[in-house]
Amino acid sequence: MNMKLSKESVLGLIALGIFVGMGLFTPGFFSSSNLNNMMFQLPEFGLIALGMMVVIVTGGIDLSITYIAAFSGVGAALMMTNGFGILPAIVVGILFALACGAFNGTVVSKIGVPPILVTLGTMVLFEGVILAITSGNAISGFPDAYGLIGNGYYMGIIPVSLLIFIFFIILTAVLLNKSTWGRRVYMYGSNDIATMFSGVKNSKVLMKVYLYASLLAAVSAIIMTSRYNSVKVDLGSSYLLQSVAAAVLGGTDIHGGYGKVMGTIYAVLIFQFIRNGLNLMDVHSSLVDVVIGAILIIVLTLNFFSDKFSRRKAESSSEKTA
Amino acid sequence: MSDYILEMEHISKTFPGVKALDNVELKVKRGEVHALIGENGAGKSTLIKVLAGIHDADAGGKYLFEGEEADIHQPLDATLKGISIIYQDLSLFPNLSVAENIYIGRDSNKKPWKKINWKSMKDLAEKAMNELDMDIDLNKKVELLSIAQQQMIEIARALAFDSKLIVMDEPTSSLSSGEVEKLYKVIDTLKERGISVIFISHKLKELFRVSDRLTVLRDGQYVGTYGVNEINEQELIKLMVGREVVYERNTEKADIGEKMFEVNNFSKEGNFKDINFSLHKGEILAITGLVGSGRTELAQSIFGVNKADQGTIRLNGEDLTISSAEDAVKNGIAYIPEARQVQGLVLGQSVVNNMTLPVIDTLRNKFKLIDHNIEKNLTNQYIKSLDVRPSMPDMPADKLSGGNQQKVVIGKWLSAQPKLLIIDEPTNGIDIGAKTEIHKLLRRMVNEGIGVIMISSELPEVLSVSDRILVMSRGRIEGEMNTIDADQEKIMNIALDTEGEKDVGNSEVSDGKSHQEV
Repeated sequence: MNMKLSKESVLGLIALGIFVGMGLFTPGFFSSSNLNNMMFQLPEFGLIALGMMVVIVTGGIDLSITYIAAFSGVGAALMMTNGFGILPAIVVGILFALACGAFNGTVVSKIGVPPILVTLGTMVLFEGVILAITSGNAISGFPDAYGLIGNGYYMGIIPVSLLIFIFFIILTAVLLNKSTWGRRVYMYGSNDIATMFSGVKNSKVLMKVYLYASLLAAVSAIIMTSRYNSVKVDLGSSYLLQSVAAAVLGGTDIHGGYGKVMGTIYAVLIFQFIRNGLNLMDVHSSLVDVVIGAILIIVLTLNFFSDKFSRRKAESSSEKTA
Repeated sequence: MSDYILEMEHISKTFPGVKALDNVELKVKRGEVHALIGENGAGKSTLIKVLAGIHDADAGGKYLFEGEEADIHQPLDATLKGISIIYQDLSLFPNLSVAENIYIGRDSNKKPWKKINWKSMKDLAEKAMNELDMDIDLNKKVELLSIAQQQMIEIARALAFDSKLIVMDEPTSSLSSGEVEKLYKVIDTLKERGISVIFISHKLKELFRVSDRLTVLRDGQYVGTYGVNEINEQELIKLMVGREVVYERNTEKADIGEKMFEVNNFSKEGNFKDINFSLHKGEILAITGLVGSGRTELAQSIFGVNKADQGTIRLNGEDLTISSAEDAVKNGIAYIPEARQVQGLVLGQSVVNNMTLPVIDTLRNKFKLIDHNIEKNLTNQYIKSLDVRPSMPDMPADKLSGGNQQKVVIGKWLSAQPKLLIIDEPTNGIDIGAKTEIHKLLRRMVNEGIGVIMISSELPEVLSVSDRILVMSRGRIEGEMNTIDADQEKIMNIALDTEGEKDVGNSEVSDGKSHQEV
């Protein structure tokens, strides 16, 4: 009976509109090489944005997420440059990330330090550790087979990395919407006192949130290192605040309790389309940031007013029934 | 010039769904100490909030200060007119000095780049402290002071603002007896200077000691104003407890079965001490007492969210160690908190999500994922049996009325199939129809074999719903009685009882009957 589109669907239509618009007005946007480019660029940022979104749903934030990715990439890289196989290297990379996530999760959930402070600290900490290990140099030269993860195709058309990304989109959606952990994540994000009073072990819920975010960061790191065939301390660091922006643009409530996987994905697509399209138009990269920043502010302002409006409407209607 | 500094008449305040004040009157003379009393929820705080400009009263009331239309719509207005309010949980700046705290707010109109005049600050603070005959280092940070000293700073601040009316909300609740005497002296000083004081307290002895006149509120309504010489404690209690709304008294003797739950030697520093009681099958046990008597703290300790220092609990013959809500739920103990919207419900989430929160792990299919059909069926079952309206499982909980929200919380815990349910102020903020429904539900649970402990400060509710009553005061259980032998005055006598007069309470009223009883 209610035909109103959800926030996410509106965003999806906007993404589609931008895609078509860019295609119409930007020569070369629809070219196969450009579409190909975008498919390869999408997963690494998308995975980090998803991880960030899950943390934000609990009302937190993970400022260390891209340094977890870099740390994880360094772990995998060191394994490979020291003669280990690809699989052990990936496992070690993931373990490095999970260790970082466990550290964040412990301090946030057991000690109760606000996530923004904890992850601000670990951001600097992880960066320092990476610098100590690499002396600031890049590690490069991985086996050719490793490069297939970030550069290869499945059946000749679909990038392997995109498939990995789609797998984690589905996994995240299933975990958040169908698992009891996901349910508790939303409930915790809405009201952690009430979940505590309902016998939910909040610390366990939070711990898994930070572990999951670090897992996604590790997967992103593997794709990035594979694509660039090298890793440095700033691997993916430009995605840090962009991922927060994508999660929030995707409708995730910065106070926690609400956030949908598809919303974040649409936001990631919007960023990708705009960035790519403006690049093709030879717009200077700093101007691209201005455009993206402006869009973010406009959308969030509109969101704020539409929420306020609908709340007022709900209040007046509930008063009538009371 | 009028005799009265403050004249409030026909003051009403309506919140969505609740009439918190209904045609209330409060008139305070110059230089008098005026006590404002009433049970929890009688409307004292709301009235003070109207006085302070935090709430605007409904149209049609009269609010005169010094004989003129008060025109107070925000706290600053009140301060500037000379009304100071000293709240129970003081409002000082802990990291600022004594002098700064006394001075703060004076420069509100000064341009921000103008320098602070430290000398005049010090002079002002010193003058106020001298008037109160206080000797506290003006440079000391306020957080280093005792509660009593901090209170004096608040009073000094009121003086520095040339306040003509000072409201003190339960000022003695955290003071030692020596400090209380000192406060009385300060109040006498204020009186001599022609300053009026509104004094809010639950301690009747104290009210008779300090005040000249008192105004009684009950259920948001004005009962009357009396000189302290015209009335005695017993009459006052009667005025406080008589209620418009009466439930049918529980006159049946409960069919009591075996002992199912026991609390032994339960203590927690600053909360409650030496608590011993038991609950039998087939009875509803009420724990009553004033706010701050330790009832809620006790319940939350049993539930594991406010860990007790010592003591043991036994449920169905089994000793339990409970150190978290998780343990409690696992062992079949459920707690429905008074703060429904904060602790009881996740307001922004749907009815389904709330109802199945404690049991969600048991609603999984073979892939370990939530089975949404089972979940919905379970929710619908409780929506139906508890008559939650509207019966929409996907509706966010904050869109429901108070009564229906409470039903969702009850449903949530029924789904967990508890052995023991502790329910804290079950009908707080709920309309009368839903109240009786919830009372019936509690009885139904007991009949189904669930142990029910009800915490309530609403005495008619206690007398109507429970079979046995424990009365708490100052963290101890000070009285126990069967509901059929109890009445409001007996309970109030124990609940209000103050230090050094413990044995008076029970014997003083032998056959006192509440005048509102049916």
